[in-house]
Order: sequence, then C-alpha cells, then structure tokens
Amino acid sequence: MAHELPFIAAIDEAIRLEMERDDTVLYFGQNMATTENEPYVDAFGRDRVRVTPISETAEIGIAIGAALSGFRPVVELYMAEFMLVAMDQVINEAPRFRAMSGGQVKVPLVLKAGFGFTAGWAGQHTGTLGALFMGVPGLKVVMPSTAADAKGLMATAIRDDNPVVYLHHYLLTLEHGDVPDGEYLVPFGEAAIRREGGDVTIVATGWTVDRALGAAATLAADGIQAEVIDPRTLAPLDTQTILESVDRTGRLVLVDQATRHASASTVIAGEVAEHGFSSLKAPIVQVTALDATIPYSQPLEAWVLPDEDKIVAAVQQVLGSAPVTA
Amino acid sequence: MTASPPGREQGLRLLATMWRIRLFEEQVGLLTRAGEVDGLVHLSVGQEGVAAAVCSQLRDDDAVYSGHRAHGHAIAKGAPLGRLLAELMGRDGGLCRGLGGSMHVVDVEHGFMGATGVVGGNIPIALGSALAARLRGLDSVAVVFFGDGAAQAGHFHETVNLASLWALPLILVCENNGFAEFTPRSAHTNVERVSDAVAPYDVERETVDGNDVVAVWDTFGRFLASARGGGGPFLLECLTRRLRGHYEGDATKYERASAENDPIERFRSRFDADEAEAVRAGAEAEVEQAVRFARGSPYPDPGLFAAMVYADA
Repeated sequence: MAHELPFIAAIDEAIRLEMERDDTVLYFGQNMATTENEPYVDAFGRDRVRVTPISETAEIGIAIGAALSGFRPVVELYMAEFMLVAMDQVINEAPRFRAMSGGQVKVPLVLKAGFGFTAGWAGQHTGTLGALFMGVPGLKVVMPSTAADAKGLMATAIRDDNPVVYLHHYLLTLEHGDVPDGEYLVPFGEAAIRREGGDVTIVATGWTVDRALGAAATLAADGIQAEVIDPRTLAPLDTQTILESVDRTGRLVLVDQATRHASASTVIAGEVAEHGFSSLKAPIVQVTALDATIPYSQPLEAWVLPDEDKIVAAVQQVLGSAPVTA
Repeated sequence: MTASPPGREQGLRLLATMWRIRLFEEQVGLLTRAGEVDGLVHLSVGQEGVAAAVCSQLRDDDAVYSGHRAHGHAIAKGAPLGRLLAELMGRDGGLCRGLGGSMHVVDVEHGFMGATGVVGGNIPIALGSALAARLRGLDSVAVVFFGDGAAQAGHFHETVNLASLWALPLILVCENNGFAEFTPRSAHTNVERVSDAVAPYDVERETVDGNDVVAVWDTFGRFLASARGGGGPFLLECLTRRLRGHYEGDATKYERASAENDPIERFRSRFDADEAEAVRAGAEAEVEQAVRFARGSPYPDPGLFAAMVYADA
C-alpha cells in the first residue's frame, strides 16, 4: 500500500520511522526548535533531538564522535553550502576515520542538506554539490528524485554504517508522489530506469530527472525513444546499468544541474568513455549548468541551467540529425 | 571534589610511563633518520608529563583524542609499544594495520579514539564522545589533547561553546608549548593564556606547570572526579616545552629548553637513584622489544585496503 506525500514529508516519515525503530538515531541541527520540528521533540525528547548553534564544524564533529560511540546521528544542515563551512569534518574526518584506523571503527551518520534552490536564491543557495562529495572515498552520496526514493533512501542512509551525504533538491520539496507505507528501504548503488527507450540513453540526477522525462516526451512525439536513467545514488554509482543501456542505444546524453567540471555527468562520461567506448555511435553530450556562479536575475539563472529544450537539443545532436518529422 | 596526590607506587608508574614515551620517541627519531620510519612524525619529547598525568587516571571506556603529536597520549592510554611502532613503520602488525601512521593512530581497545593531522580537527569529535557517554547515563568522560595553536581555530571555540551549553563531560587539555607548528604564540594571538580564551563560556579552567607531573595530576584529577559526577566541561592548560622540532627533520632554530623544564628530570629526583634507574632500564627493554616486533611485522597486503574504505565492503 502507498500514500501520497510531498517529497519533504516523505523524508520526514523515514526519519521518524527510523527514530522509532532505533533509539540510537539522533537528530540535530540549527532551528530544530521551529514549529515544524516540534513533533520530533515531542516524540523523541530533547536528548535525541537537539538544537545547535550556527556551528557546522561542531555539529558534524559531534555527530562523528557520537557515531564512533555507537549512535546514528542525522545532522540537519539545511543548505548544502553550509556544509562547506565544515569541509574538514565532512572530508578529512568522517570518511577517513575507518580507513585510517585500519577498520577499527565505523562512522554511521547522515548529513542531510537541501541543494539547488534555483528560484532566485542566487549564488550561495543554489549549488549542486553532489559531485564534490562523490569523489571522496568513504562517503556515500544520495540524490533522490521522487518522493518514494526520498523516503527509501533516507531510511537506507540512516541504517548505513558509513557517513552518507543526503542531498535533496529544494525545487522538489513540495512535489507529491506515491510513497510506500511503513518500512521502506531503497538500496544504494541501484539506478532506476525511469523510462525505457532504444534510441538514446539520458542519465539525469535529482531535479533534472523530471526535466529529462519532459524532454523524452517531446522527443517521443518526433519518434525518438529515449531511455531515462536516474542513478539515485552518486556514490556508490551504478555504472553497470548505464553501460548496459548505452550498449543498447549507442548514444548518451548526461544531464546534471552542477557546473560542468564539478558534475556527476563528467564522472559518468569518463566511465563510459573508458568502459563503453565500443558501444558508442556518437560522442557523449553533457547538459550541465555553465561553469558559472548561479546568477540571481531570473533570465540569467535560466540561461546557465539545464532545461528541457537544452536536453532535447543535446539528444538531437547525438542522433546527428535535425528534429525527425513524422 | 579533590583528587588524591599520586602515591609512591603510582609515582613509579608515572615515571615509567614518561620513560616509555621518551625512549620510544627517541628511538623513533633514530629510526626516522635510518629510513625505517619513513613517514611524517612529530615527537613530544619534553611534554611527557602531561600525557602521563592525565591518561594514567583514565579508564579504557574514557575516550581520548589527540592531534598530530600523539604518540605519548596513545602510550599513556595503554597502546602497546610494539604495535604503535609497527604502525609508524607502516606494518600490518600496526595498531591501524599500517594504514594510518603517526598522525592517525587509533587504539579502540584502550579508548584511544584517535589522532588527527588537521590541527583542531577532532576537538568537536571528542565532544561527540562526551555526548554519547551522557546520553547513555555513563560516568565515562572524553578528553582531547591539543596544542596552543589549535586554540585559534574555529573548531575550538565552537566546541567550547556547545560543551558549555550542553554541560558535557569533556576535558580539554591544552599543551601550551609556546609554538604553533613553527611560529611562536606571540605571532598568533594577543591572548596570553588559552585558559583566558574560554573565560566567557563559563568553563571551569586552570593553567598549571605542565612539566610538574604532580601539578597536572592534581588538577586533572579534580576535574575528572567532577566530570564523572556529572560536571563539565573543563579546560586544563599545561605550560610545557617541546624539546625537539615541530617534525623530525625540522631545521628551525628554537630556543633550547633547560633541564629543569624536563618533566622526567624533575620527577625522578623524588625516588632513590637506583630505583629510578631500574624504571628507565625497564622502559628501555620494552622499547627494544617493540623494535624487534615492528621489524618482524610484514607490510600490509594491498587487498586489505579495499575492505577498509567502507564499513560494509
């Protein structure tokens, strides 16, 4: 059975269920005393649900220490950019502790942050930072695109024995979707094929998955069948599903809202170029944000970001044709 | 609450711990020059009194964290010398199977939860251990060692603020040796004492002569008893001197410390000369044994590392 929920409520449901199931799950961050967080405090108490000052380094550091001591903290960071304040903890400490200790410890924690608020939130609240973290050994990186995955990936993240960066796109916050009831886990490292098609493979992440599906619908009207793949987790990355699809279609378009040189698409392009070269009938095309700070002004913001038209144009480019007319 | 001063037997154990650290690290210096320890090492020669007086009062379930100058803290907390040296030599028999090295020593069995190569990097992590202890209703504490250089880092101030706000059993032990890496304190800050830097946070604090083992023992013991009873946090600033460079191979010219600043020289005069010498000789034999153990340990297999990156690999 399923029920319909907005994306953000689906994340919430997973955290609440995991906190009910396991009393070592802690939840803390800034603004945890706000109205919408009151139900957490009421249900789980102020020991497990903690308001922190604006001290990202300490928030994440404490989470690491608590994780080393057997707890499973979820840190509410709100904006992915705020994690950058604490990069020492996110990159130098949390993901390296296990390897550097020769496997003596594990660091199960979730760093939850919204990203990509490209609705006039300008240069420091709009970044798509997933690829920045996917290159850090020891970190796992989650980027759901549906409400169901938002729930299932959060539950898996909390049960994972490693530090997980959970990135949810702010433009998806109020998007509704069917969410399975009760305990629901989505495994890491298993891409979802959102649409099947034999002419071209489109791999899209987070918010751009729906843009890619929109582009695929437009292309279908012209007789072009695109397969749309959503990796769901950037680390681990399901390269296998992508390579198998490219083997069937021979053509690949990669979509990511990140700036090109820090995008998941560039990493995927490298993997396919190395391991799937003989399948390719045309060069890979990437549709990413331009290598620019996201501008505030709406027309300029739209100009630097990927959109359906740019995805359609990229597909036509890899097919080496002008639009096919029926 | 007050702590008892160290008795005679405890005093001999403190002397032994200091000698074990001193002779171990002098041996590491020799092995570094011989190329047998081939990574980056930072020695704490001259600062052994703080490690010994603090860690000797702790239990295995008390979490201790340290920075890049961590050998002494690990030894005082109970890390076996052979496995520590094997770690420094990158061997499979090392505490971290050779994967961490000098700056990342961890010995979970003895509650030595880790060194870090980033100054100040694990001060907030220690607070997480203190939070865990309090959430579980235990009387265990967390202790983090750091130098005076780390007190200028944001990590430190964020942690002190939250430790105070949440009243957690964290004891911050600052080894103020007057140098932040290569640079004197006067070039870093106008705040003379690290204990003054925490004054507005309402943290119980004290500055002691860190080369006086008894002074460190007494003050730390008082803080520890209070932390076990629900108090905290605390800051203990120990004024000490590093008798060697920032790292082995450091060519910087530092003012030499005098013998009366050597914690071992000062403390051993309390004992009969033969008795003190027997303690030193015992430590020397342990270090020799550690060298044999480490040399005999193989290098780790590359296949080992793949399984270490993720906990579920």
